[in-house]
Amino acid sequence: MNFLATIGRIFLGFLASVGRLAIFTFNAIISGLRPPYYGRQILRQMIEIGYYSLPVIGLTAIFTGAVLALQSYSGFSRFNAESSIATVVVLSITRELGPVLSGLMVAGRIGAAFAAEIGTMRVTEQIDALTTLSTSPQKYLVFPRILAGVLMLPCLVIVADIIGVFGGYLVSIHKLGFAPGPYLTSTFDFLKRIDVTSGLTKAAAFGFIVSLMGCYHGYHSKGGAQGVGTATTNAVVSASILILLSNYFITALFFGS
Amino acid sequence: MSTPKIELKDVKKSFGSKVVLDGISLTVPKGESLVIIGGSGTGKSVLLKCVLGLITPDSGSIKIDGEEVTKLSARKREDLMRKFGMLFQGGALFDSLTVWENITFAVRQQNHLTKPQAKELAVEKLKSVGLAAEVAVQRPAELSGGMQKRVALARAICANPDIIFFDEPTTGLDPIMADVINELIIECTKGLGLTTLSITHDMASACKIASHIAMIYQGKIIWTGRAQEIYHSKNAYVDQFVHGRAHGPITDGK
Repeated sequence: MNFLATIGRIFLGFLASVGRLAIFTFNAIISGLRPPYYGRQILRQMIEIGYYSLPVIGLTAIFTGAVLALQSYSGFSRFNAESSIATVVVLSITRELGPVLSGLMVAGRIGAAFAAEIGTMRVTEQIDALTTLSTSPQKYLVFPRILAGVLMLPCLVIVADIIGVFGGYLVSIHKLGFAPGPYLTSTFDFLKRIDVTSGLTKAAAFGFIVSLMGCYHGYHSKGGAQGVGTATTNAVVSASILILLSNYFITALFFGS
Repeated sequence: MSTPKIELKDVKKSFGSKVVLDGISLTVPKGESLVIIGGSGTGKSVLLKCVLGLITPDSGSIKIDGEEVTKLSARKREDLMRKFGMLFQGGALFDSLTVWENITFAVRQQNHLTKPQAKELAVEKLKSVGLAAEVAVQRPAELSGGMQKRVALARAICANPDIIFFDEPTTGLDPIMADVINELIIECTKGLGLTTLSITHDMASACKIASHIAMIYQGKIIWTGRAQEIYHSKNAYVDQFVHGRAHGPITDGK
């Protein structure tokens, strides 16, 4: 019986956290939609997420594209399908690797930063101070970050797509001996609009997840430095898992039938 | 009799099975300065946060200016907060903002001040807590503990609140700086006829800033009276606390 009770307790605990998260999200969005709007805060977070993530995203993308070309060449040459490399690179990047890897990199960079910053504000009573200064912390801290995440991740993924394809191009042309013209033609021959838009939809969802997890765990952190550390870890881990999980479902939604 | 500024009736709050507030009733008339004393973990902070609305009590009523505030909507609560100023124990200054942005934070939300106007206001408030104008452009992290407390005090009084709450205003300061803060509190509140509610375990501070003192013990108010009477309370618990004795009814569990 004890065993069953434990399972029940874990399940109830899980439901409670899902409920808390839902209420948190709902409150943040509702409070953010009514005036006053904190344009400066939104802009600041957009720069933080969009601009300062560019180096990380760029490096990730270029090496991913490069390794993709290299791997598919060595694999495809076994059955003389080298000509499909360009297509494989561009489809893998735009559909999967661009959004997922960008999402994961941003989860490490931004999710952790949000959790640590908001968590520290929580344990030093700065969030309570906001409330006493007639400012809703949800509106001032959480909503701008979520909005910036949703808006900026698609932009980052566009950049990642371009740089990723370029990485594949570099390796194919300079290392594998492809001709530039035909390679580019075959890159765009089989690319459809939905390949890119599905990737960008994923990016928006991942941006939402990363910002939300960072804010949620930071907001509910307690107990000093250790609490902030735990919140940061939880934010990154839960954001990464949710990204991979939702990636499957969004893919199924777009290409499942 | 006019409506009391703050009125608490039978306020209860538990966390899990731990009862923190066990039926607190208090009234603070306008212009009075009530200091709640009590040891660590007796529920002082929770009580303050209940009045501020940061924690919702399980039962009981809290009235500000005769208006019940325990079940306010988020928007009405924001309006109510304009009546309040709060000095947090650690200052709770926003470290991402400069000192002047911190001080004028609430004012800039409510009215549209230009940047020079806001800065001027901040400098004026800094002067009233005895700090130089140069401090305005610094970041809170660059200031000493005593200066941070002063800036936090300036922020608490900046929007001209009716009621100011002090959470351990002198904790972590040296005795001289503690007294400076006490004097500033008196200056900033008595002169303006503000109502204050403070919590502390520093008796020197309590005696200095209080007009009335209440003692909280095990989630209950066990004594209230005028500040002058605290040393002649004839209450064994209060006596032990104000004289700081290691032995007595509080520690010996009687």
